Amino acid sequence: MSTATFERGYSALKEQIDTSIASYLQSCVHCGMCADACLFYTETGNPKYTPIYKLGPLKKVWEQEYTLLGRLKVKWGWSKPLTDADLAEWKEYVYDSCTMCGRCSMVCPVGNDLVYMIRKTREGLAAAGHAPEGLIGATTRAVKIGSPMGVKWPAVLAQIKHVEKSTGLQIPVDQANVDYLVLMSSMEVMNFPEYMEAIAKIMKSVGKTWTISSEAFEATNSGIQIGASDIAKEIVSRIVNAAEKLQVKTVISPECGHAYMAIRWEGPNLIGRPFKFKVQHILEILDDLRDQGKLKVDGTLEEARLTFHDPCQIARRGGVLQQPRNLLKMVAKNFVEMEDHGQMNWCCGGGGGVSAIEESHELRTTVFKRKKSQLDALKVEKLVTACANCRIIMEEGMEAYQMEMPMVGLTEMLAEHLPETT
Amino acid sequence: MTSADFLLMVRGPAFHLATAIFIFGILWRILEILSLGQPREHAAVRALGISGGFRTIVRRFVPAPGVFKRSMFIILAGYLFHAGFLISLFLFDPHILLFKETLGISWPGLPAPLINVSTLLGIFAMIALLINRLTHPVLKFLSGLEDYLSWTVTFLPLVTGYIAFQHLLQPYPLALALHILSIELLMIVLPFTKLMHTLTFLIARWTTGSRAAQRGIEV
Ligand code: SF4
Ligand code: SF4
Repeated sequence: MSTATFERGYSALKEQIDTSIASYLQSCVHCGMCADACLFYTETGNPKYTPIYKLGPLKKVWEQEYTLLGRLKVKWGWSKPLTDADLAEWKEYVYDSCTMCGRCSMVCPVGNDLVYMIRKTREGLAAAGHAPEGLIGATTRAVKIGSPMGVKWPAVLAQIKHVEKSTGLQIPVDQANVDYLVLMSSMEVMNFPEYMEAIAKIMKSVGKTWTISSEAFEATNSGIQIGASDIAKEIVSRIVNAAEKLQVKTVISPECGHAYMAIRWEGPNLIGRPFKFKVQHILEILDDLRDQGKLKVDGTLEEARLTFHDPCQIARRGGVLQQPRNLLKMVAKNFVEMEDHGQMNWCCGGGGGVSAIEESHELRTTVFKRKKSQLDALKVEKLVTACANCRIIMEEGMEAYQMEMPMVGLTEMLAEHLPETT
Repeated sequence: MTSADFLLMVRGPAFHLATAIFIFGILWRILEILSLGQPREHAAVRALGISGGFRTIVRRFVPAPGVFKRSMFIILAGYLFHAGFLISLFLFDPHILLFKETLGISWPGLPAPLINVSTLLGIFAMIALLINRLTHPVLKFLSGLEDYLSWTVTFLPLVTGYIAFQHLLQPYPLALALHILSIELLMIVLPFTKLMHTLTFLIARWTTGSRAAQRGIEV
């Protein structure tokens, strides 16, 4: 990152504004419905967490740069221009109290895609130097070390060895011309090696070739979470280069939600051209394999009453909605849906980089009440999800509220039901 | 100036001025928005965005599942006010006559007693919305001059219309002149406030809907 200044922040905000944003800011009727959709408002009652309010700086820049009346207002002294202090104040709203879950974008009566604007507003705050320390740290590590958690290749290799030992299967590294390049989040590498195990078992079972790249194993993109497109581009380029070098046809985005957003949807726009390979979420891959009859299960069913937590970036923002349900039906007998699920699911409270923001810790626990009440209402014994970050956050939340509930990743659960091989 | 002179003035020069500001204002504002342009989508899309955008324009008239329960008051009062206002504006015979004279097109209207009801409905819904705005923690916090100005210039045509229609103010030409004046005020204010949403919501919904549709999501 070059030196952060207010001017850089201001011009970053100015650059972000497109037709859709102008129409959103112009159309808002201040009805307040977006507040009712945001867990940071519903669980705290603090009106400052109203989604449209979080866009204050963007709105100011739009008015004073792109509307005649706004320009005149500033000139005649009727309205105060945006200041650095405004940007500093908004850190709390744009980062600490927004997981970029996009639920607000589902309810606005005039059709505003609010989270699209939050993402853009972060560009301004980051360029002006008002991003949270935790995210700056993660981003710096992602650039310098290659992973936001500071995980280096030797650590990945150690996990690979460990998984090879526990499964008796070989984990392919840097192999060209295979079917899939498999990415992971550092969190999966370090905290949930079960994911890698599951992939190894499933790939063997369905007869597909795959590889991990030593140059691009990390799927998450801190550049997107902090709002620094130049960095985001650099990070995504590592994957693009590795995939093109290994000539893979498909890159598999791991369970992690924001990684999917970063590589599947933002990636090509960041590098300014379409990818030469396909990007699919692991659940899309598995559902396709199920559809083709290649993914088979042993017929045993999970007995526990369980539900599925849709990670926001995979479901509501990513469009992977039906696949997890198809897959769950293969292995679960008592699958029930939460009242608000799929596109209307409530966030775990730690997406959008919030899990890396220390100042948000308490707030995160407060807003977890939303998920808690969803789960309490269902009386389930088990929670399935498809995002390592959601999982860690929900584990934390459950601990804080003394809830006892086993949690499992869907890929991992499917791997447990593969037919025995001889 | 007699009330007849006043009526002539608001019907003549004032109306022309208001219409000019209304039309040029809207065109200017729309141009301001459209000239910014949209970034190109490079990701491999799941579906074309164009039709998805139009579907969202329609779909957003109905709240998503679970939303009605959480935002019931604002949805109901909002719908009632819009219905009351639009029915009174477009389905009252004297208004239709005016549209015929100026635009050359006309359509059947509703009987006057029904217009009476729709106007009252609009008025009461707007009062309820104002009270809500003044008391609800979020709305109180969000609202500023523009919100109250927009409310006022929308409310006045309903009230003055009702007064003129019920002959509550004499002489009648004065009541009618005040009604027309209130419309002119609305026309002048609309392009420069959130009241522009009456048109720009189409752009907002379409862009949101098309972007989502490209990702295979119906919003
Ligand atoms: S994206 Fe989610 S957390 Fe952020 S403002 Fe919208 S509803 Fe709230
Ligand atoms: S829901 Fe939409 S119109 Fe209502 S306050 Fe939020 S952004 Fe504005």
